[in-house]
Amino acid sequence: MLKQTEGSKAVAEAIALCRPEVICAYPISPQTHIVEALGEMVKSGELMPCEFINVESEFAAMSVAIGASAAGARSYTATASQGLLFMVEAVYNASGLGLPIVMTVANRAIGAPINIWNDHSDSLSQRDSGWMQLFAETNQEAVDLHIQAFRLAEELSMPIMVCMDGFILTHAFERVDIPSQEQVDAYLPPFDPRQVLDPAEPVSIGAMVGPEAFMEVKYLAHAKQMQALELIPQLSAEFKKVFGRDSGGLVRTYCADDAETMIVAMGSVLGTIKDTVDEMRAEGHKIGVLGIVSYRPFPLAEVRAALMNCKRFIVLEKSLAVGMGGIVATDVRMAVTGTGLKGFTAIAGLGGRPIPKASLHKLFRQAEKEELPPVTFLDLDWDAVNKQLERERQNRHSGPIAENILHDKGIVSAKFG
Amino acid sequence: MSFQPVKFYQTGTLTVGNRLLAPDERSVQANQMRSNSINSGHRACQGCGEALGARYAIDAAMAESNGQLIAVNATGCLEVFSTPYPESSWQVPWIHSLFGNAPAVATGVMAAMKVKGKTEVRVVAQGGDGGTTDIGFGCLSGMFERNDDVLYICYDNEAYMNTGVQRSSATPPAARTATTMPVGAEPGNVFGQGKNVPEIAMAHNIPYVATATVADLRDLEFKVRKAMRMHGARYIQVFVPCPLGWGTASHDTIRMARLAKETGMFPVFEAEHGEVISVLKIRHRLPVEDYLQPQKRFAHLFGKHAHPETVARIQAIADRNIRKYGLLSEESS
Amino acid sequence: MFQIRVHGRGGQGVVTATEMLSVAAFEEGRHAQAFPSFGSERTGAPVVAFCRIDDKEIRLREPIMEPDALIIQDPTLLHQIDVFAGLKQDGYVLLNTHHSFETLGLSDILKERKAERFCTLPATELGLKHVGRPIPNVPLIAGFAALSGTIKLESVIKAINEKFSGKVAEGNIAAATESYYLVKEKIKGGAHA
Repeated sequence: MLKQTEGSKAVAEAIALCRPEVICAYPISPQTHIVEALGEMVKSGELMPCEFINVESEFAAMSVAIGASAAGARSYTATASQGLLFMVEAVYNASGLGLPIVMTVANRAIGAPINIWNDHSDSLSQRDSGWMQLFAETNQEAVDLHIQAFRLAEELSMPIMVCMDGFILTHAFERVDIPSQEQVDAYLPPFDPRQVLDPAEPVSIGAMVGPEAFMEVKYLAHAKQMQALELIPQLSAEFKKVFGRDSGGLVRTYCADDAETMIVAMGSVLGTIKDTVDEMRAEGHKIGVLGIVSYRPFPLAEVRAALMNCKRFIVLEKSLAVGMGGIVATDVRMAVTGTGLKGFTAIAGLGGRPIPKASLHKLFRQAEKEELPPVTFLDLDWDAVNKQLERERQNRHSGPIAENILHDKGIVSAKFG
Repeated sequence: MSFQPVKFYQTGTLTVGNRLLAPDERSVQANQMRSNSINSGHRACQGCGEALGARYAIDAAMAESNGQLIAVNATGCLEVFSTPYPESSWQVPWIHSLFGNAPAVATGVMAAMKVKGKTEVRVVAQGGDGGTTDIGFGCLSGMFERNDDVLYICYDNEAYMNTGVQRSSATPPAARTATTMPVGAEPGNVFGQGKNVPEIAMAHNIPYVATATVADLRDLEFKVRKAMRMHGARYIQVFVPCPLGWGTASHDTIRMARLAKETGMFPVFEAEHGEVISVLKIRHRLPVEDYLQPQKRFAHLFGKHAHPETVARIQAIADRNIRKYGLLSEESS
Repeated sequence: MFQIRVHGRGGQGVVTATEMLSVAAFEEGRHAQAFPSFGSERTGAPVVAFCRIDDKEIRLREPIMEPDALIIQDPTLLHQIDVFAGLKQDGYVLLNTHHSFETLGLSDILKERKAERFCTLPATELGLKHVGRPIPNVPLIAGFAALSGTIKLESVIKAINEKFSGKVAEGNIAAATESYYLVKEKIKGGAHA
């Protein structure tokens, strides 16, 4: 049913349609509205049978999901930012044990300095955790990806994060088509676990594995993600059959056919990028877009194919590998190894810094002319940065950085830009 | 199965197996149909208190749940010695996730059973003192507070034995561990630290909290079976001497456990909904020296550079336990 | 695309106002996107929320820096933040006050602007009168519907019915209706009032 609703509510409805059996919740912005809505559905009896457990930490949330999934229940949780980091040990454990847990990550920056706004640092920090990661561009896609995620996870017996931009998507009211229960049931069969704790057939899960077999167990996790590269497009095609719309897949291109400059990005910023590209196209610029939906597994071949015919690309990412540059850019460059393609990295939108069309216009024009340094920081206030660097040169006891920067920038009240 | 009724004129010995008792009064271990939850062939050290305690506890839980049991294990000695890949001693469905999350994993298993309507399946979580009183404490308290239907059993050997005997919050004062060496003015673990998790468990007002030792395995079985007949969050802390970590003889494990109880160092009691309802009285009160002296971890308190004042401080702790829990009966003093 | 920025304070239903605006537009078969300024502001702190309305899919995710319309839920904000920042030359402004723009010292803003696009509305009083709570958001979005003609009153009423039920819905509909016609009257009278 088509409705105008909040992203979090839409996702909660989608999760409920997937008939989860155990949901564990711990509050952290900006994912909270999702589990709040689910909690209400369970409490009212609208979603049943389902156990909704208010846990004492994200570490416990993932741990409860591990126990529930190992005992054969379809398990779900949601988190963001510090919460994801707090559960990291269990995040790796869930994938190591091969438990098909689905988790929403409402992408948010990582502190310090504490910051509740959107960027991709949180889930990207877990890129090697063995979890699959799909990034939603719109709330419609967030809904659709969650439904596909349960299929994918349970097919492979591996966990998956569905990543949606915190606040930008989770708190945005927009048009979403919520599928019917019949559609979801037709697409998503009941959970049939590959391994399960059952007194009738006792197994040991989580035994210690020494050097003689650890490599093989880890390789199998990799092999599963390689299988996911095949499975994700299939599930997306099947999704289209049942639900009648394109959603998911590994990558998506826009205006790419004759593009000389390609913009590579993930998540909701693709919308702003597409609007910018439309305007530039109208002015005759040969520019196109590559949106990455599946960050893990990373679709090296598809990315390479999408970029093969351009002259240069710029990866615009909401994450920073401190001391190195881009995180997504590293993978993209790996994909185009040997092509001689010119690649640029733009770090943008960290901690919720808006990514306005005006800034993108400027950035993309510079990229077209190949006038960019290898790594660019979009809309960085160099004055504030240089002032602090100078302060540190001058004074051994220069004090806390964040406070100094805020002072220099004179931020005293809410800004809307 | 057939029993050979042994007709003797005396009954009541507490010897393991106690064939002199009527069949329904015998211990779980005396029954040929016991589940052998932790089968032989595991890699525990000789004289391991934890292996003994876990075997009795889980077999008792299996007996009480008619074999409908799922066990969750924290990282630690028990996990390592029972499941060296590709072998497993566990005859029950068993999962090990992490060091600090066994109570939460158990909650998840319990929730799965509930949602699937398999209410006959019961869940036991277990870990050592480090996994319980330190790193798993947050998850433990959360599980208690939600009153999740989980029996948590802590095998308390008073230090991190799996990693090579480091201090935990269950390590007693003055004890030597790898991180509380017997050097300096106050050798060994410091006084005035540590936490009493049974009492903290009681403060959650959960239905059942008990302590037990491997010196009294019938008492341990009784408490596990009783706990299994109850629902909600339940906690049993079992005192399990560690020959390796304590520097005691392998054949002295049960003796050390008995001495801990008889000296008042480890009070053995039961509590329901936050109230102590019974204590195991001291039979023959002994001074703490009798317990401390055989242990290498306390060796620095005796001999050439003895610390009698430290022993006295430990005696004061035992005396306080005895007072607080009323551990003395008329015949024991 | 029509872009609306709503300024107010935490507790005044600023975010709800934009959400209801988006629902009203959706009810007319249009595309709409409402989103808050993503702050963690507490009750009483300045809050900004945004709404975009268009006839085609809205992909843009930047904050609204050049609004076509401003709804100002609390006149005390005028001295605290630059609420008029980026307002388009022919933009609309609806201000919750029973004073006039001039008495609030806003004559400069009005210069070279279209007078009939600037309007005041005693929305807090209207909220109190019909709903019994000093929440100005519903009167303001109804007033905005009248001022800009971007959405219809009946769509606002649909949005109210989706958000509220029973007596609260009735009260809000009454408040919205009165606000709508009050603003219509004011525009007819030609401005700034």
